[in-house]
Amino acid sequence: MGKDNNSNTHEVTLVEAVNLALRRALSDDPDVVLLGEDIGTNGGVFRATEGLKQDFGYKRVIDTPLAESMIAGLSVGMATQGMKPVAEIQFMGFIFAAFEQIVCHAARMRNRTRGRLHCPLVIRAPFGGGIQAPEHHSESTEALFAHIPGLRVVIPSSPTRAYGLLLSAIQCPDPVLFLEPKRIYRMVRQRLVDSGKGLPLDTCFTLRQGKDVTLVSWGAAMHETLQAAERLARDGIECEVIDVATISPLDFNTIKRSVQHTGRCIIVQEAPRNGGVASEISARLAETCLMHLRAPVQRVTGYDATMPYPRQEHLYMPATDDIIAAARTTLEGL
Amino acid sequence: MSTPVPSSIEKPRYVAPPPLVYIEPSGKSNRDLPAQIDFDWLRQAYQHMSLIRALDKKAVALQRTGQMRTYPSCLGQEAVGIGTGMAMMDADVYVPYYRDQATLYLRGVQLKQILQLWGGDERGHLFDGAAKKDLPICVPIATQLTQAAGAAVALKSKGVKGAVVTSCGDGATSRGDFYEALNVAGLWQLPLVTVINNNQWAISVPRQMQSGTPTLAQKAVAAGIEGIQVDGNDVVAVFDAVNHALQKARSGKGPTLIEAITYRLGDHTTADDATRYRSASEVSDAWQREPIKRLQTWLHDHDAWDATREQSLHGEIKQQIERAVADYLAIEPAPVDDILRYQYADMTPALEQQRTWLLQRHGG
Repeated sequence: MGKDNNSNTHEVTLVEAVNLALRRALSDDPDVVLLGEDIGTNGGVFRATEGLKQDFGYKRVIDTPLAESMIAGLSVGMATQGMKPVAEIQFMGFIFAAFEQIVCHAARMRNRTRGRLHCPLVIRAPFGGGIQAPEHHSESTEALFAHIPGLRVVIPSSPTRAYGLLLSAIQCPDPVLFLEPKRIYRMVRQRLVDSGKGLPLDTCFTLRQGKDVTLVSWGAAMHETLQAAERLARDGIECEVIDVATISPLDFNTIKRSVQHTGRCIIVQEAPRNGGVASEISARLAETCLMHLRAPVQRVTGYDATMPYPRQEHLYMPATDDIIAAARTTLEGL
Repeated sequence: MSTPVPSSIEKPRYVAPPPLVYIEPSGKSNRDLPAQIDFDWLRQAYQHMSLIRALDKKAVALQRTGQMRTYPSCLGQEAVGIGTGMAMMDADVYVPYYRDQATLYLRGVQLKQILQLWGGDERGHLFDGAAKKDLPICVPIATQLTQAAGAAVALKSKGVKGAVVTSCGDGATSRGDFYEALNVAGLWQLPLVTVINNNQWAISVPRQMQSGTPTLAQKAVAAGIEGIQVDGNDVVAVFDAVNHALQKARSGKGPTLIEAITYRLGDHTTADDATRYRSASEVSDAWQREPIKRLQTWLHDHDAWDATREQSLHGEIKQQIERAVADYLAIEPAPVDDILRYQYADMTPALEQQRTWLLQRHGG
């Protein structure tokens, strides 16, 4: 992690930004506790928690036994008693043992007790494909959680947004699933001021303005989406690019306003096509923007198939060319 | 019904001691009661158990007449709940399962609220008093146990002088959550007391078809923690075990697993019919060991109870239950939009929009 002398500014990757945000939260709030497998001495398998146990001690950066359901259950119990647990599930493919605690308890505690208790926990999990990992290490199952009332599902796509969104997630009184796109953990560096300032969890981020077509995505696929916008711009096609960031509850208004302006929309998701967040966005565009649409909404997605093992992984992932092709289809006749 | 163990497999070496009991099913005691137990304490325990039994009977009756939703009777398990509750202090945190009417009552939850909960109203969970930070009733089996461990982590790290008590049924001990909670509690020496209500039945599956272990208490051995088996129909034994475990927990000496051996005299819930899977003779045998009669006998034998006291107690209980039922039936319906209001700390734009649809359909 590069650091300017005598300043609070860092040149960081996404995973380093996560580390900075965790460090900041641990410093600012004595109730914040990190827990998970291999997060202490080892600093996490992706090094997201590197150095934190050394600096904050084993009581605040807790290496747990290997049991995801227990990690989530502990977090629920801690959160109801005034702590702010930030749990790591090592890979999202292993979150299903914790699914019951997240869905049946964390998401419901406030409603079940009519506001007497709440569950301000964060569960961080690296997700998505593209790192040539074994089975169960590459899936994108964010829609399963986006479907659950009471949960917030947040996905950063850059170092600065990872830092700001994670700080807000930790401060948020609701349970937050914070999904980290591990393919871009170390893809780019960004200049980041460690200001302790969060970014809002209730808005999409418009990364590029344009009048011809709206490109909507989140997580690692933002990278290909921005590349597509760049290449289309060379041909004079101006894309508006939206990073959804918080996929649930969804800030639909930002998307709607953009599509009302451009009349065209491509939604890019790495997850399978059926029943995904892209489906929800398309449905809502159909409900509210039909008269503004100049072409059918297009989805660029993974397949309705199990995530392949590494040798065929590239066949599954949405590519920049796929996004460009979809954009050109909607622009036919322009 | 249990599968025989092949003779080639060596029997486990651990031999559990006989369960702790002070007042036998006959009402006789073969050992001195713990020092802090006096006549007043015993009379109080008797009164609490009698009240909970009356509440339970009333709740079932309300369900049968359409004034209560599905209800899990705690008939026969009163000593586990009351013994536990009487050992707890306000600074402790309780993490219940769903058959814990007795302990919740002692934590300060009103009888009306218990009826309200099983009458299908979330507002019954607006616990106050000692129960203010207690967790709500947990319906998914055993999931409360790791939460209780988490609550114990919080108390420990905040330096609170209390401990966490959680409970479950015998069926819950088959689940991974049970082992995961015990494992971490033993590892971190958490201030946690786990009370198993071994009522012999996981709905229709009897205890001997749930696990090959001779006792559920010895499941603690693998987690490196103390496991105690008590007669769960002896309120003194339950109190003594929980009190011991709580004092240990509060002084930083780690967790305890308590198996309270009791019997579910009623159906699993009002939606169940236990005659489908167990015999009338088994149930009538179990009635010989139930918790209230034996304590009454003991009190009578020690001239600490008589027919006059019994009569006046029943008069008081009748009044208390009638008032609770009247209060329960008089509860105003919750605002329509309560179903949306507590999903998040603040209403989201989508929920705001859905609120207008809801109110259009169901009035303001």
